[in-house]
Amino acid sequence: MAASHNEILRGGDKTSFVLPQHHALTLTAGGSRTAVALFVFRAGRTSERYCMPDTLKAQHTAFLTTGRVLLSDMGRVLLAVTEDTCGWHDTITGHQDATGSAARYGTRTYQQARNGWIQNSRDNALIEFGKWELGERDLHANLNAFVKVVSDDQGGLSWQPNVAAGQRLTLRAALDVLVVLTNTPHPLDPWADYAPDPVTLDIRAVPPPGADDPCRIMRPENARAYELTEGVLA
Amino acid sequence: MSLLFDQVVPAGDGFRGTLPTGSRFRITDLEGNQAVDTLFYSLDDPTERYDAAATMRAQQRVYLTTGTRLISSRGRTLLTITDDTCGQHDTLGGACACETNQVRYALDRRHMHACRETFLLQLATGGPVAGRMLGIRDIAHNINFFMNVPVTPQGGLSFADGISAPGRFVELTAAMDCLVLISNCPQLNNPCNGWNPTPVRMQAWA
Repeated sequence: MAASHNEILRGGDKTSFVLPQHHALTLTAGGSRTAVALFVFRAGRTSERYCMPDTLKAQHTAFLTTGRVLLSDMGRVLLAVTEDTCGWHDTITGHQDATGSAARYGTRTYQQARNGWIQNSRDNALIEFGKWELGERDLHANLNAFVKVVSDDQGGLSWQPNVAAGQRLTLRAALDVLVVLTNTPHPLDPWADYAPDPVTLDIRAVPPPGADDPCRIMRPENARAYELTEGVLA
Repeated sequence: MSLLFDQVVPAGDGFRGTLPTGSRFRITDLEGNQAVDTLFYSLDDPTERYDAAATMRAQQRVYLTTGTRLISSRGRTLLTITDDTCGQHDTLGGACACETNQVRYALDRRHMHACRETFLLQLATGGPVAGRMLGIRDIAHNINFFMNVPVTPQGGLSFADGISAPGRFVELTAAMDCLVLISNCPQLNNPCNGWNPTPVRMQAWA
């Protein structure tokens, strides 16, 4: 097996793969309009999947950055954020669908534009889900890598500039996980045209998290989630 | 309008009902500060279900109150909140689960009753919906009526003391035929139920 893998995911493109335990996926933004919707499941037992509410309430946060973990609905760590050079990744505002995309950009079909057509996050995710025999029931609140959406004092949400070319997000797998990625525009971004920037994917083996791992010791909740993930009943 | 149901749900119990298009559904917090974990599904095809992220995105606001349209996973309105004497409801905090209680509080808390147990039992024993049984894959991120989960501009999030009170209610009007699934939250580890889970009342009129 190759020790590492890298590829470029073009704007509008999607992919899915099993990220093995103790491997890291680094996403590197190609520009200020890179936004990657990420869905993640436990490989081989995909009813266990990323749980946005459990992740946020366990870590008393409304966004993800270095040191935080993505928890499953069964209290286990799926991914840990081991590096983040941009500081904020949204997980509360979901992804674009075909209706929203058409309302924003109009249509640019395959017949008109061949592979320069407009693709949306939801349809892309469902296509990738299909390759693993998953479907609509498996959609969940995803991670929006490189996207910043903040809440004001009254709960009003607003998109904010957050990313530039070269900024990175690294996610380390605590178990074998199925990752589904779609590099398609976030529905709250300010751009009227459809022109997503690419993202580079790098996958490599990394050491297992030690006793003093920053993600493990970030909070006592994280340490307990790792206990559940590393125990004999995991 | 005629009464469809009027039922008190004891603390820690569940409720499952159907809401025809146009019906009014009222949940009353009888004793105050009681979280009511709630899921909605399209009765015709329960694969279409309440979508918390789509709902927050549609209104560009975290909290739910009068005027909030509850958006489905297919981008349609399931129900609209048409009255609210509490003023603010949560959809970020999710449902408590035995496994998550272990993460949040202590590994020895798995025995404590939790909302997801109630959801799973209601789905397992309530019979099929549109010809199929629902299960864990159908449990999406829920609404927590009467629960207070403030988010700060810096991205902080906490389970805070409630802002509800005895007799406060929320009322919704169904935009399509819906299945409603309720867990009257049994959580004892945080202030979401004022440290004392209490009954709530379900009423609907068509």
